[in-house]
Amino acid sequence: MGIELMTDQLLRVENLHARYGESKVLHGLSFSVDRGEVVTLLGRNGAGKTSTLRALMGILPTRDGSILFDGKEIIGLPSNRIARLGMGYVPEERGIFGSLTVAENLVLPPVVRSGAMSLDEIYTLFPNIKERSKSRGTHLSGGEQQMLAMARILRTGAHFLLLDEPTEGLAPIIVHAIADVIKALKARGATILLVEQNFRFASTVADRHYVVEDGRIIDQLANDEIKMNPEKIESYLGIEVEHRRKEASHG
Amino acid sequence: MGEIFGMPVQVLMGQLAIGLINGSFYALLSLGLAIIFGLLNVINFAHGAQYMLGAFVAWMLLHYLGIGYWPALLLAPLIVGAIGILMERFMIRKLYHVDHVYGLLLTFGIALILQGLFLNMFGVSGQRYPTPDALRGMVDLGFMFLPIYRGWVIVASLAVCLLTWFIIEKTKLGAYLRAATENPELVRAFGINVPVLITLTYGAGVALAAFAGVMAAPVYQVSPIMGAEIIIVVFAVVVIGGMGSLLGAIVAGFGLGLVEGLTRVFYPEASSVVIFLVMAIVLLLKPSGLFGQAR
Ligand SMILES: Nc1ncnc2c1ncn2[C@@H]1O[C@H](COP(=O)(O)OP(=O)(O)O)[C@@H](O)[C@H]1O
Ligand SMILES: [Mg+2]
Repeated sequence: MGIELMTDQLLRVENLHARYGESKVLHGLSFSVDRGEVVTLLGRNGAGKTSTLRALMGILPTRDGSILFDGKEIIGLPSNRIARLGMGYVPEERGIFGSLTVAENLVLPPVVRSGAMSLDEIYTLFPNIKERSKSRGTHLSGGEQQMLAMARILRTGAHFLLLDEPTEGLAPIIVHAIADVIKALKARGATILLVEQNFRFASTVADRHYVVEDGRIIDQLANDEIKMNPEKIESYLGIEVEHRRKEASHG
Repeated sequence: MGEIFGMPVQVLMGQLAIGLINGSFYALLSLGLAIIFGLLNVINFAHGAQYMLGAFVAWMLLHYLGIGYWPALLLAPLIVGAIGILMERFMIRKLYHVDHVYGLLLTFGIALILQGLFLNMFGVSGQRYPTPDALRGMVDLGFMFLPIYRGWVIVASLAVCLLTWFIIEKTKLGAYLRAATENPELVRAFGINVPVLITLTYGAGVALAAFAGVMAAPVYQVSPIMGAEIIIVVFAVVVIGGMGSLLGAIVAGFGLGLVEGLTRVFYPEASSVVIFLVMAIVLLLKPSGLFGQAR
């Protein structure tokens, strides 16, 4: 058997380029995610994190390079075929449909693999969704929409999840709940690529982190490094500046 | 016989019935337009020509192959729908990434070509299409006699409209359509083959037009210009109901047929313009249409 199959990599991205029309946004990213890992892409606004997920998913079709998923080259596949291989996408804007009820939103994506969560399991994990199942999708609160967007993907049985800033704009209690969900998914064996700007949240759920800047990976950190040495990541994210300013105004 | 507002009940009811029949065609046609516009964002100017094509396919099936009304009611929409699918696949699809206006111009051009082709072959004068035997004769409603075929048109159109509405609003397939209307990229990223969904939706909208054409064949003459005559009114109906609103298309279709009928009783001179008058008023008061949501 080839060495390829012996490795534990579920995703290997090499030299990924992508553009919107004429403007290039990704300039040769390379990174990988092992089976069962939770890996984050950290970086400032506009760094290219969302574009990376969209390129992986095939929604940003003007892309180039190599994306090996489950040992299969997917760079030339349309997004509907990629989804069928078990890649599930939770977009930054959540993508809840207003012309569908909550229940219709939940069962919209087809089941793509065996071992998907049953509706009962999903309702246990997300009790609010059951209560509101007859409401319009967009009548949910921001936190509920985020939960629905995640639940919707879990029902498909996708084993590789792309989560784009799931905590953005949400109250601390909901951020906690989302962290619990991610841990529960990891415990079930899911592999997750998480995009975050909130590195404190990221460090509570992730194994490894890549730092994205200007459409490139500029650094890679183990989770311990982030915990022991947060200044480094703060400077990457441009948080340091804010801290100093705050300290200055306190002093 | 009694009178209402100085009009004999019989005259009034007769005109209302005619209004409902016209309204049946308005509803079927505007429903197809609304479905196509919702998902494809294309104003399908070929809709009238596709309606005409439905009537002609039924007529040709009868004259050249001896295939009668009932099979034609199924076959003509299938054949014309298949032609629509080819149109979408090889022409309209190429225009999704440019301005709406190009899709409108393309379908308008196709309509003119189809109409010209049939004018060349058949001339302006209409071809007669016989009423099917089972639906000949009159039914006595007490206050008036209604030709059975016309009653059938109203009932069948209403049933098809409601069935279409049900499929889109209440089924899984309809959920895909509604979701893809909102965000086709994301629906595709969930594993749905959206391009095929779009092609089939266009085919279904066109098939609805052809179905209306077959229904119309025994009522009006089968003529190359039948589509051009009705489609302008149907566009007004769509605007009044609200672009892309299915319920709006159905309600406005039947409703405006009735309004037209009533106008013919009380002020016949205005009957051909009343729908456009209503359109102007609706556009002034609620530009997104009676049932439309502002986009
Ligand atoms: N639809 C688009 N068209 C053109 N440029 C875009 C589009 N979406 C994002 N961009 C640009 O691509 C770059 C990366 O954006 P994005 O991937 O959204 O960053 P992030 O998710 O890291 O904040 C930014 O400069 C942004 O302005
Ligand atoms: Mg982003």
